[in-house]
Amino acid sequence: MKIKPYGDTLNDGKVQLSFTLPVPKSAKGVTAAKEIAKDMGLIDPSVVHAEALSDNFSFYIIYGSTKSVIDFDKIRVEEITSKAMDREEIEALIKDEFDRNIVFVGASTGTDAHTVGIDAIMNMKGFAGHYGLERYQGITAYNLGSQVLNEDFIKFAQDKKADVLLISQTVTQKEVHLKNMIELVELLESEGLRDKVILIAGGARITHELAKELGYDAGFGPGSYAEDVATFAITTLINKKRGVL
Amino acid sequence: MSKLNLNQDKIISCRYYANIIADNVQSFIDQHTTVSVERAVLRLLGVDGVDDLLVPLPNKLVDDVVKNGDISYGVSRYIASGLKGTSLNLNDFLEAYSRDEFGICDFSLVDRDETYNILKPYYDKHLIKIKNNKIKREEYLDRFPRDKTDIYVIVATGNIDEDVIQAVSAAKAGADIIAVIRSTGQSLLDYVPYGKTTEGFGGTFATQENFKIMRKALDEVSEEVKRYIYLVNYASGLCMPEIASMGALERLDVLLNDSMYGIIFRDINMQRTFVDQYFSRLINAYSGIIINTGEDNYLTTSDAVEEAHTVTASQFINEAFAKKAHLSNKLMGLGHAFEIDPEVENSFLLELSQAQLAREIFPEAPLKYMPPTKHINGNIFRAYQQNAMFNMVTTMTDQSIHLLGMMTEAIHTPYLSDRYLAIKNAKMVQKTMKSLGDEIEYKANGIIRNRAIEVLDSAEKLLKQISSDGLFESLAKGVFAQTKRSVTGGKGLSGVFRKNKDYVNVILEKMEESFNED
Repeated sequence: MKIKPYGDTLNDGKVQLSFTLPVPKSAKGVTAAKEIAKDMGLIDPSVVHAEALSDNFSFYIIYGSTKSVIDFDKIRVEEITSKAMDREEIEALIKDEFDRNIVFVGASTGTDAHTVGIDAIMNMKGFAGHYGLERYQGITAYNLGSQVLNEDFIKFAQDKKADVLLISQTVTQKEVHLKNMIELVELLESEGLRDKVILIAGGARITHELAKELGYDAGFGPGSYAEDVATFAITTLINKKRGVL
Repeated sequence: MSKLNLNQDKIISCRYYANIIADNVQSFIDQHTTVSVERAVLRLLGVDGVDDLLVPLPNKLVDDVVKNGDISYGVSRYIASGLKGTSLNLNDFLEAYSRDEFGICDFSLVDRDETYNILKPYYDKHLIKIKNNKIKREEYLDRFPRDKTDIYVIVATGNIDEDVIQAVSAAKAGADIIAVIRSTGQSLLDYVPYGKTTEGFGGTFATQENFKIMRKALDEVSEEVKRYIYLVNYASGLCMPEIASMGALERLDVLLNDSMYGIIFRDINMQRTFVDQYFSRLINAYSGIIINTGEDNYLTTSDAVEEAHTVTASQFINEAFAKKAHLSNKLMGLGHAFEIDPEVENSFLLELSQAQLAREIFPEAPLKYMPPTKHINGNIFRAYQQNAMFNMVTTMTDQSIHLLGMMTEAIHTPYLSDRYLAIKNAKMVQKTMKSLGDEIEYKANGIIRNRAIEVLDSAEKLLKQISSDGLFESLAKGVFAQTKRSVTGGKGLSGVFRKNKDYVNVILEKMEESFNED
């Protein structure tokens, strides 16, 4: 099935676009904005709004049609296929398979000061009615909070004999989160720890595919809850124990 | 529940003047008929379809009477005479007629009693169908009770099939009311197009078949989402009674049906409009269809701060006309809008005042509240904020029919995503601010109360003036939307006729009879 963006009619290809140009608002600016849209491949771009942001910056809103067509059937995405269990199922599974608590260590690492994501997964209260890992029987969860250096994070994980490491990366500027995530993997490898832990990333801009590319076991994007993360982590640990992986 | 502490004597006084205004026009209405009134009669007898030249049969028949007979007797008598003269049933009669085998005026004219005898099976059938539609709607409403505010969105692709996709999607996202915007200029056509249509401009043609297609789709999605989704169309224009009759037959739930909109905004002759609006509203009253009035439009033309009282005055007039057409308060969707320039300081307070004023004057009316349009400038992010403020006023003042603002207003007819975001915006406000209105009282001598007093005072003065000048004269002076219309100007006057003393309109009389029995 070939698809295009949908405005109000199938295959109209309509997209909306807004950006700022570093020039004063003027007729010339509007034309420049339109040219940029054309250069991006938009057909019949229309600048529906132009506004001065300051003396030297102007803001544009543009609608147009894209030529891009995608064969939807050919798209392949790495998705976490295991269906999430609920908390009781996960607790029962841990009890059956392990005679000890499973240790999760999580943090917003690097310069990231946001803890909304890691708190949603780890804290007792959880998020949107989904309890966090701290509430799970059979799980010991340590949430180290924000701006934790990769080195400190690894040291703590070693001390606690962590089974699962959770890295949260919420805000990103100039792709700094990618560098930080890669650095953590490199450090774990140099300490010989990478294979001993399940390494999971989460955050607003994280996809499973991206996380795998960076050398993580899994990635969780928006709309993920503690049970999604725990299901993956526990089933992977079990598979590892049985030598499936 | 009063927050404004309005002077009730003022409200009574406004109603008194509005009633005088409507009374004077009603005596004119009762003495006249129009080509569209007569065509609606035919539709409610079961006349439908087009001839080889695609002329709708109701038009062909009525034009035939106008040209070759005397329309002042009413088309009821002509069609009855034709059926008698040919001894055919209506279907066979229409087939032969559309092949031009005879003219409608070729037969000797039957009298009133015989007209009723001959047409009884036809009007009975369709009046029963309308009653059944009304019962079906009531059953839906019993099964799926409504919240106090209905979310209303429009679809307008020009293609009824695409409209269905968008309407179903909107209903699933949370919309309660779907309006199918008409193709540009349909209000000025002196006929209703026939059959399913897939090409329109800025909207989709209102045809009976299109009504039927959308009704079916909305009934299906109603079951799925467990909410009865209202279907809306637009009656205003040269074919008000015909659209109302089609709406009655296909179970529309809401019709835009203003007593003066066509005059002011479409330059349709005022004599024509007043006669048409009466019959169309009578049909709506009989069908249980909510009317929506168009006062919101005044504020897209005039300044919303300066002219707010014209909206209130017009609401009183629309109410008075609606009562004459037997519409109950619960079917009077009087219109108003959030159209003050956001650059005006405290404009939010003025909007709150006006919306609360309408709510307190018309406590039972399903008020139709329209979003900002005039001061939307193409900046979709700014528009989204304006719409959020509009949504807050809606929730705080319990407006009933909440027409959502689109962030892409004035850019294009809504994309699927525009509508989705608008619904989410309204839903969040409705939920987070649900009881805010109940918690608030407005202080005496504050901006909000004083504004309401000022608007009501000005409305009363205006109504008094109109009642003394007469509505025809007042419209000629441009009291609403600063638009002047002459009594004999505009479109459609040639379709207005004075009734003969032996005029018969079987549908109108049957409907009036049923209300007078109640």
